[in-house]
Amino acid sequence: MSTMRDALTKPIIQNNPIALQILGICSALAVTSSLKVTLVMCISVTLVTAFSSLAVSLIRNQIPGSIRIIVQMVIIASLVIVVDQLLKAYAFAISKQLSVFVGLIITNCIVMGRAEGFAMKNPPLASFVDGIGNGLGYSVVLISVAVVRELFGSGKLLGYEILPLITDGGWYVPNGLLLLPPSAFFLIGIFIWIVRSVKKDQVEKAEFKITKNTRSVKEAF
Amino acid sequence: MEHYISLFVRSVFIENMALSFFLGMCTFLAISKKVQAAIGLGIAVIVVMALTVPVNSLIYNHLLREGALAWAGYPDVDLSFLGLLSYIGVIAAIVQIMEMVLDKYVPALYNALGVFLPLITVNCAIMGGSLFMVERDYNFSESVVYGAGAGTGWALAIMALAGIREKLKYSDVPEGLRGLGITFITVGLMSLGFMSFGGIDL
Repeated sequence: MSTMRDALTKPIIQNNPIALQILGICSALAVTSSLKVTLVMCISVTLVTAFSSLAVSLIRNQIPGSIRIIVQMVIIASLVIVVDQLLKAYAFAISKQLSVFVGLIITNCIVMGRAEGFAMKNPPLASFVDGIGNGLGYSVVLISVAVVRELFGSGKLLGYEILPLITDGGWYVPNGLLLLPPSAFFLIGIFIWIVRSVKKDQVEKAEFKITKNTRSVKEAF
Repeated sequence: MEHYISLFVRSVFIENMALSFFLGMCTFLAISKKVQAAIGLGIAVIVVMALTVPVNSLIYNHLLREGALAWAGYPDVDLSFLGLLSYIGVIAAIVQIMEMVLDKYVPALYNALGVFLPLITVNCAIMGGSLFMVERDYNFSESVVYGAGAGTGWALAIMALAGIREKLKYSDVPEGLRGLGITFITVGLMSLGFMSFGGIDL
């Protein structure tokens, strides 16, 4: 049972797919300028990851090794089509905002990575839980980025006013930069910095060691 | 002609795949440690992109979109929900065919690009190109220009990042930021730089 719990909780902080493995950043950042869209995206990715892992794991002994990538791709693509059609049917406005990024879940490396790296070697239930765990790990990063971007970029959360804007007679001057693409990169960079300051073992080795300056100021000039 | 030049410039600079749409980030960050490798991957992306976007445009316009099957006698059929599946299939197939053709006729190029070709199938920029083409309703000639332009933009971005990272490894970065963290910040700054192209309108 503890392995189950590990599969669910490890990917959230300890082995976060975005912060540690550089997976699935592709489509993630563009949707984070509004929290609502982000939540929909997170749910979609988590479900697709979980169910594709389940499906791949169910037929893992029947898939010939040489065409496994294509088989996984077809499974993932079919699931994404289902999600895409559901969103179009029940949340049309959001699906317009997400535009191409729903389709890009197919090429999201997390989904593919979990199918190839975990589901091919593990029983269905464990793979399903692992898929949910990785989806949650992805969601944690995405949601925290989206909260910062929406709150400080437009003073709102989920469309409700939190910080009254100066244009509406309040006191908060919104930081427009946070709504633009570069801010997402900075925020993820900072997120990684925070995670790695807490979990020292994740720090990467320096490729070059800079030697201490042993000369005195007088010698240097 | 002007229209096509404008489209090309827009897809290279203003709507840069990597820096303003965050597409192809995984490979963008993973393969940008060496300039040499970045150039190889960049060229591979340009070629694949310039091939897949037009092919997918043909498939979408003549097989999938609503009423596209009129030539076969089914004017009411709308297969656009099959889009995602067919685009990824086309991309995987073209990459595979390219690999075999290169291996047979241009072995030197194959050896140079070899490792990168399979990676390209799961590169979101390639898939993104096809999806944007569908969303913006480009016709065939526009899709050729757009494919080439978007690929060039991505290649330009990864080469620039690789150049920066080669210098960056000699600098003294705070522990937690080392490696991935500082790369993200660098890409953010590059993206800020590219945003200055935003006002250009040809």
